[in-house]
Amino acid sequence: MSDLISIIVANYNYWIYITLMMIGLYAMIAKNNLVKKIVGMNIFQTAIILFYVSIGVKKGATIPILQHGHGHGAHTVVHAVDYVNPLPHVLMLTAIVVGVATLGVALALAIRVYDRYNTLEEDELLAQIREK
Amino acid sequence: MIWPIDLAILTLVVIVGIGALMVKDLLGAAILFGAYSFMMCLLWTVMGAVDVAFTEASVGAGVSTVFFVGAVFRTSRRTKD
Repeated sequence: MSDLISIIVANYNYWIYITLMMIGLYAMIAKNNLVKKIVGMNIFQTAIILFYVSIGVKKGATIPILQHGHGHGAHTVVHAVDYVNPLPHVLMLTAIVVGVATLGVALALAIRVYDRYNTLEEDELLAQIREK
Repeated sequence: MIWPIDLAILTLVVIVGIGALMVKDLLGAAILFGAYSFMMCLLWTVMGAVDVAFTEASVGAGVSTVFFVGAVFRTSRRTKD
């Protein structure tokens, strides 16, 4: 039992990531305003990035830049345990840039919707579409 | 990773994220979303992902907030929820 509790407490990053993901999912489904939905989508994306970066963390490790990489000590042995795993970081760099591109397209669509229907609220939009 | 700083920033991230969705003004939501992105940037720094941190600071907190503010000025600040 105490093992289970210590596992749950030790992985608090994962609990926060699930919380953020559910906040984003709720906003995408339940919010009425289109811009609020887009904010929810971005929170969802950053939650997934948080999960991937949390995988790479090691206890007692430093940032993934080689110490003594230049100069006299350049031939010392490098221990992978001393550095945070940089592979998830590299993958998530792409995810951040793709996220901003998605945000731009979504906001452009929202502006087009506003130009045509003069509202950003989902229920008013549906009512106007049904009238036609 | 220094866990007290990590835990403090994680709680701030959740609070600011909920605040960005609850506030009744779209410009306020845009600014709070910028604060959310900046908190995420601090979180990446604490977790040792410095490259992700400065990409998030420039692209997430910078360009995203500008996009949101621009879109809000092109449309309306009014929101019902």
